[in-house]
Amino acid sequence: MKIAVLIKQVPGTESSLSLRDDNLWIEESATTYVMNPPDNFALEEALLLKEKKGEGEVVAVSMGPKRAQKVIREALAKGAERGIHIEENDEMEKDPLSASKAFASILKEEQFDLILTGLQSDDTGMGQTGVLIGEILEMSTATLVIETDHKDSSLRVKRELESGWFQWVELPLPASISIQSGLNTPRYPSLKGIMGAKKKEIKVFSYSDIQSGSKSQNIEKISLPETTKKTEFIEGDAGEIVTRLVNILKNEIKVV
Amino acid sequence: MKTLVILESNRGTLHRLSKEAIVAAQNLGGEVSALAIGKDADIIASELENVQLKEVLIVKNKLVESYSADGFTEIISQVIVDETPENIMLGHTYQTRDFAPRLSAKLDIPFLPDIISAQDGKFIKQVLNAKLNASVIPLKDQKIISFQSAAYSDEHLVSGQSSIRELDIQFDSSIIRSKSEEPFQEAPGDVDLESADLLVSVGRGIEKEENIPIAFELASLLGAEVSASRPVVDSGWIDSFRQVGSSGNNVSPKLYFSLGVSGAIQHVVGMKGSKCILAINKDSDAPIFEIADYAVVGDVLEIVPSLIESLKKE
Repeated sequence: MKIAVLIKQVPGTESSLSLRDDNLWIEESATTYVMNPPDNFALEEALLLKEKKGEGEVVAVSMGPKRAQKVIREALAKGAERGIHIEENDEMEKDPLSASKAFASILKEEQFDLILTGLQSDDTGMGQTGVLIGEILEMSTATLVIETDHKDSSLRVKRELESGWFQWVELPLPASISIQSGLNTPRYPSLKGIMGAKKKEIKVFSYSDIQSGSKSQNIEKISLPETTKKTEFIEGDAGEIVTRLVNILKNEIKVV
Repeated sequence: MKTLVILESNRGTLHRLSKEAIVAAQNLGGEVSALAIGKDADIIASELENVQLKEVLIVKNKLVESYSADGFTEIISQVIVDETPENIMLGHTYQTRDFAPRLSAKLDIPFLPDIISAQDGKFIKQVLNAKLNASVIPLKDQKIISFQSAAYSDEHLVSGQSSIRELDIQFDSSIIRSKSEEPFQEAPGDVDLESADLLVSVGRGIEKEENIPIAFELASLLGAEVSASRPVVDSGWIDSFRQVGSSGNNVSPKLYFSLGVSGAIQHVVGMKGSKCILAINKDSDAPIFEIADYAVVGDVLEIVPSLIESLKKE
């Protein structure tokens, strides 16, 4: 089984974020980047599928500037066989549809049985790339997958629905699925893995060489959210806080 | 301007987020129609009898009695080609996330997901874990837009009249590639959190399973139900049917009393429609405080037992 995992490099949750002067995006130099956490679960699921089957290949694919190769190396250290980097150096990120067309044109040649993505990225959070690629490449698709069960020519997946409901879906291969975070425990790379990753191949394509059409949506500006809510901070020692809470529950919200 | 709202069945009733999407569409102005697909289409359409819409379109095709990404994508794209709406609007539900990108790729039009407000052709979306807002502009006339839970309130549905028109949409059965089994619940609960008036919600700040009874005791004194954030459910401390957030229940109680909930965006989207939010958390930077009406920076395990004692005396 040949599996592609789409991995994005995104600002870490602990990273400081400062707006760029033109308010189009954040200041890159002030940002620390990590592997998009949801994609880490997708990578782990790909490695598990390969290991369970006892054969196959996992290819880590990322789009972004040169620094994105760091997350590809990380995936190689964890056990992916090789990497594909679509180098894209525009100041502004591509919109999901044109990015997906570019991914699709590269992935098509490879004839993957399975494409895995995290459910969304921690930066723009568009949450659609894997499904867009699936439609473009005429694959079956499923999202928010929390369990996978590979059979010969199909993949049975358990999808998370809302309010504690679930559903099993049987997908003929090739398929593109997005993985819900938390379904597995992503491994750490071993020292041997890290050493071995240096020798693994990363094929680099230039985004500008790929036909992906014009953008269909654009981030025009980013800004700090305005807080419209007036919050009363209740202060004092525990006794004073409790007295105020009882008063609120009794006289203001009137639930006691 | 024409807008088509794609309706969703929430186990036989109209999904609250579909109603909110209609409000968003009505706010935008122009001609608003809705589309219901599947065996529940009639029932869902009848819920909109007294809502101001041009019409509710119904598609009942044997191949899509229940939801299928393949089938929905095919049907909706055929309807869009025939009816030519500029805007296709939906609630940002799990189902929407499953098929709306397919529609976007098939029709080569943008999908702007999880939008929190719309004005002057600009759509606001939270980015970077809700730390910043992005103003997104579609660059094509036709676009798909999904709205985050509670971005609009279904209380603002404009009442009026609508008519129903059934469409005959045919397609080849080979279009449906994936086979969906019946949805099921893992731990069926007899508690309906979504219609609860009062909720006491537990987050990681409760620290350990042994402390969970504190939340239940407070809830019983207030006549509230107990809900929880995903980490608490994932730890197995509380049943999954009590989970609030993007992967759990979408709640809008009169009071949401959160105990040690940090307020990650995945949680907040499921509860920010609450009328009043009272939050206790040790971390003064916890994002829950940004949406709280009343905030206590402090230790749940110190304050709540003492609050319980005081309430008992009331």
